[in-house]
Amino acid sequence: MIELRDLTKRYGDKTAVDGLSFTVRPGTVTGFLGPNGAGKSTTMRMVLGLDAPTRGDVRIEGKRYGELKEPLNSIGALLEAKGVHGGRSAYNHLLCMAQSNGIPERRVGEVLEMVGLHDVARKRPKGFSLGMGQRLGIASALLGDPRILMFDEPVNGLDPEGIHWIRTLMQHLAREGRTVFVSSHLMSEMAQTAEHLIVIGQGKLLADTSMSQFIAENSRTHVRVRTPEPERLLDVLTTEGLRPAAGTRGALEVDGGDAARIGELAAAHRIVLHELSPQRASLEEAFMRLTAQSVEYHGHAPGGAQAPPEGAQVPPGAPQPPPEGPQAPPEGLQAPPGGAQAPPGIPQAPPPGTGQAPPPAGTQGPPPEGPAWGEDWQRRRRR
Amino acid sequence: MSHTTRVLKSEWTKVRSVHSTIWTLAAAVVVSIGLGALICAVTASTFDDMSTVSRRTFDATFTSFAGMSLGQLAMIAFGVLVVSAEYSTGMIRNSLAAVPQRGTFLWCKVLVAGPLVLVVGLITSFCTFFLGQALLGEHGVGIGDPGVLRAVVGGGLYMALIALFAVGITFVLRSPLLAFAILMPFFFLVSNILGSVEATKKVGQYLPDQAGTTVMSVVPEALDRPYGPWEGLLIMAAWTAAALIAGFIVLKKRDA
Repeated sequence: MIELRDLTKRYGDKTAVDGLSFTVRPGTVTGFLGPNGAGKSTTMRMVLGLDAPTRGDVRIEGKRYGELKEPLNSIGALLEAKGVHGGRSAYNHLLCMAQSNGIPERRVGEVLEMVGLHDVARKRPKGFSLGMGQRLGIASALLGDPRILMFDEPVNGLDPEGIHWIRTLMQHLAREGRTVFVSSHLMSEMAQTAEHLIVIGQGKLLADTSMSQFIAENSRTHVRVRTPEPERLLDVLTTEGLRPAAGTRGALEVDGGDAARIGELAAAHRIVLHELSPQRASLEEAFMRLTAQSVEYHGHAPGGAQAPPEGAQVPPGAPQPPPEGPQAPPEGLQAPPGGAQAPPGIPQAPPPGTGQAPPPAGTQGPPPEGPAWGEDWQRRRRR
Repeated sequence: MSHTTRVLKSEWTKVRSVHSTIWTLAAAVVVSIGLGALICAVTASTFDDMSTVSRRTFDATFTSFAGMSLGQLAMIAFGVLVVSAEYSTGMIRNSLAAVPQRGTFLWCKVLVAGPLVLVVGLITSFCTFFLGQALLGEHGVGIGDPGVLRAVVGGGLYMALIALFAVGITFVLRSPLLAFAILMPFFFLVSNILGSVEATKKVGQYLPDQAGTTVMSVVPEALDRPYGPWEGLLIMAAWTAAALIAGFIVLKKRDA
């Protein structure tokens, strides 16, 4: 268990981590999500006692990190930087780590076997690929057979096979009852690994919720209807117990509605429809909305979607406004889900964030309305 | 096994498992002995051309240690690399995650590096002394002559202290580039100039290497210092202690 209480880190007048309080529990993979520069790595360094917090503290199984005499037996970490001397063999690197914590030497061979590096154990990591370096980092995290494991962006730069391996490993470790805390800036990555989610933006806690709840709240579908007779349609839908809301450009948005039923109702009442389209916000978009106001750097995506609505930082549990931001591709045009690993219903949207490319032609929703992604945010900043 | 013993073992593994250790220490031995031998050989062949004053204050022991002025740079390189490799590779994060007691971490590093450089320093000073005296022939001295053994042992201590001074300074500076850029020119040129030029000599002679070299001289007139040989080494030891304490404070205070 990792407990953070009011954890704060300031560099000069810049606040990197701002009053974070949350608990990472055993038995599940906890995803630590936030855009680049949100303070994830700083937080993890403070958990390991490498950076001193300006305020607040971190407890590892109830103890401060500095109080642990054999910390590797309690918590193992893979940090962003490889942190390996390029000239010291993988075996000796792990050996010096093991010796300092009284871990028997045979364990070095075991973890090397576990991560598949036994063949290069005597080689110098200078010549290691990114994936091998990552595996060596994971081997050192596993050395003390710790109850808590912490991985900072473990899949960065890995090939699909490596990504699959790390994902499976993390889930396996969590099933053994360990605490697994893993950071990422990709929602799609977390959706496939984590059961619990902690989202931060500009150092502040934005969400602390289970993945299933996050999906339920954020990937809600709605139906967009456009008609020349909005008042009549509104009456009909309300009478039928549906909850239409005013959308953009005179469209109506029916939260949780079924497109077929709305079409039949309109036909029964002889109402002309100009548009009837089911809309689905991907988790990636939900994450973007959640963190939009806390992203440090915005790229402009030509033909991108709308700026996120005000009040996007809704605390978990509060009813989410129907997604009216980025338009998800209509059902059927969506990219196929990423194989069997993807939980059903989670579309594989392209990663959000800076400098992102527009979705491939043909899958795009209606032309964008209003300012491009980020413009609104910048305007707010100037004010 | 106590905590300190475990960390000492770990630091020993670190030191012995990188090539830079053997290269820098071997360079210190070879350069010191080689250059010392060369200078002794040249001195022996030109001894009769020297002035009467030079001949009277000729210090055979000190002359055989002449190669150390260059060899000490390799010792400094060892001290710098032992610490800066932690920072330049990012290993420091792993090291401090494994040993969060930063004082234990630093002093164990010093306790591992210290005896190692002392042994290498003593081997260097004894070898360079005997080879140098052999080459000086009739102008040389014996290990049993007054003050000579002290000078030879002191030479080994000098080499160890200069390496540990570099360890302390590098803990403050962290960057290998910065540490090399400051320490190398300083001990190769700057301190020698400050210690020799009349205008700066008064202060310059208290610099770590200028003070430390006194222990290697047997003829007091050769160096002309206001302190004795052991006092000189003590001044150097104080510098080293100060550098290590400064390194400790920086390590303790700053984020890794």
